[in-house]
Amino acid sequence: MGRYFGRKALIYALTLIAAVTLNWLLPRFMPGDPISQMVARGASTRDPAAIERLRAYYESLFGLDVPLWQQYLNYWGRLAQWPPDLGISTWSFPSSVTGLVLGAAPYTLGLLLPAVLLSWYVGNKLGAMAARRKALDNSVLPLSYILTATPYVWLAILMFWAGGVVLGIFPVGRGYSGNLIPAFTWRFISDLLWHWFLPFLSLFLVALGGWAIGMRNLVIYELESDYSNYLSALGAPPRLIRKYAFRNAMLPQITGLALQLGVIIAGNVATELVFNYPGLGLLIVNAINSRDFFLLQGIFLFVVMGVLLLNFIIDIVYVWLDPRTRTGMQGAAA
Amino acid sequence: MTEIKDTSASPGPDQTGAPAGPTAGIATDAAAVESAAGVGAGSDVVPARRRFETLYFALRNAKVVGGLSVLLLFVLFGAIGPLFTDFGPRQRQVGPRNGAPNAENWLGTTSLGQDVFTQMAYGVRASFYVGIGAALVAGLIGMLIGFVAGYRGGLIDELLMAFTNIVLVLPVFVVLIVLNAYLGQRSLWIQALVIGVFSWPWVARAVRAQTFSLRNRDFVDLARLSGVGTLNIIRREIAPNMASYLVMVFVLLFAGAVLLAVLLDFIGFGPRDSVSLGWMLDQARQNSAIIYGFWWWFIPPGAAITAITGAAYITNVGLDEVFNPKLREM
Repeated sequence: MGRYFGRKALIYALTLIAAVTLNWLLPRFMPGDPISQMVARGASTRDPAAIERLRAYYESLFGLDVPLWQQYLNYWGRLAQWPPDLGISTWSFPSSVTGLVLGAAPYTLGLLLPAVLLSWYVGNKLGAMAARRKALDNSVLPLSYILTATPYVWLAILMFWAGGVVLGIFPVGRGYSGNLIPAFTWRFISDLLWHWFLPFLSLFLVALGGWAIGMRNLVIYELESDYSNYLSALGAPPRLIRKYAFRNAMLPQITGLALQLGVIIAGNVATELVFNYPGLGLLIVNAINSRDFFLLQGIFLFVVMGVLLLNFIIDIVYVWLDPRTRTGMQGAAA
Repeated sequence: MTEIKDTSASPGPDQTGAPAGPTAGIATDAAAVESAAGVGAGSDVVPARRRFETLYFALRNAKVVGGLSVLLLFVLFGAIGPLFTDFGPRQRQVGPRNGAPNAENWLGTTSLGQDVFTQMAYGVRASFYVGIGAALVAGLIGMLIGFVAGYRGGLIDELLMAFTNIVLVLPVFVVLIVLNAYLGQRSLWIQALVIGVFSWPWVARAVRAQTFSLRNRDFVDLARLSGVGTLNIIRREIAPNMASYLVMVFVLLFAGAVLLAVLLDFIGFGPRDSVSLGWMLDQARQNSAIIYGFWWWFIPPGAAITAITGAAYITNVGLDEVFNPKLREM
């Protein structure tokens, strides 16, 4: 078990270092010099002296006036403090990037976590039920394939159009109505949920299809394995055999959950953009459009850390469920 | 068994909802390699007959035939669709603004009076370019790393797999966003390259696991004893035995890349001088087509993407059944 966690922790540490290093490298070595772009955007004057001062200001802001190795160490130093210093946003000057990210994160987590967990749970149940039951399989499987092939963007657009425009029963855009002030009242919370429902549903549905297909195939595979045949030869009731098959099929699906995070995050960005939902996805698009590199990179780091944390939680759950990892045998490879 | 469990989850859930993969993972890991490597090592006559057999079963498999037909239909549409229109994809004022479908503009027009049908034809073409390009890049990198790691083993394997796992954990889409923001390049080929460079990890892991199980077979030992070099062994002895699996990997990579490209284009990294399906959706959103209900502008691009990726997934399942006799339902 120690070895298992040791390997995982090493990979995550290396990933974090890679992400931070990438973040540090990109503005310095990519074509298109972001500082020139920001100077060009920020300068309201053509006076060369003023532009030079602006450039010097940005360079000291980036910490570009010291040797490279020192810049790199300084970068880590600024990240290591609490709250981490990710710079000042140019899009929403003078808010700090950390503040903006922490303000938007609850909306994204509120969408993502329920969508991921519920779609995983319902999809697995659905897939397990469909396995080897002809009638159910013939409806669940095609539907799941359509759902999983649908781009997140498009389903979000369809939901927006059907629920918000054609039927007109759901609000379109924003996290809550403009005339409300966030408060712990029933009126505000119901409004919040009302705005949350459609983006959640579209994320949930696309992810659902994939889990159902995966679980169906895994359960079929398990039902054909030797232990299932042996159990049925002993006269065990089908219910019991299916229960064991389901348990064994769960393990790859848990590993799959970790791998799927990146995909659903991608879908979430597009969904938030469609619904104008004030989470990290919308923030990242605003950062791109206003070429706010501080903000963009701050969100990047935040998302990477979130993904690593969730991966770690999933690893712990895996160890809890799969006894082989506890006894030191290799159940899940790193 | 641990090796099989290892890959089982990876082929699927990698990208944009591809858990068609677990089939590919389990079925091929366990059985396809068995059948391909085990049976194929027979006499000289067998491979030719087996190829014929594969084709026979492929043509009898409704999923393969159906999926490939849909894909072929879209390839044709992308290839000759532009011949049916007199307009350029970005040419403005070729019809009324926001016109509904009619005899002149078959799929209606946009807010700038651009022809939606023309944009669709060019957009489908772009999707295939990016999908195939990215799948080639990712497949090549993944195979190279997987083969070398699985065949050489030891420290090289450890290092390559650590690298693979790092790229695997990184949220691809956010990395692509940051890269794109700095690159500022908006050509289809750059997009294909960038998507491909970050889509290979699950391929590497799957290929490695399979190579692992193949490398100690007798025919590989024989080649090694005869003094054949590593790369030649991989190319001539190992890769052919995984050909069926690699075809399926390519199909899944293609579908995943198409979906990723749509997302990238939608959030503002679409091509600057050509059109793509994701860019069309982006334009529709920016011009409030959804709120005004101009359905002809945002329904066709999404439907086309769903059909293309769906057909690719179905083809993949069908191919799995063709290559893996255990799964055939005759």
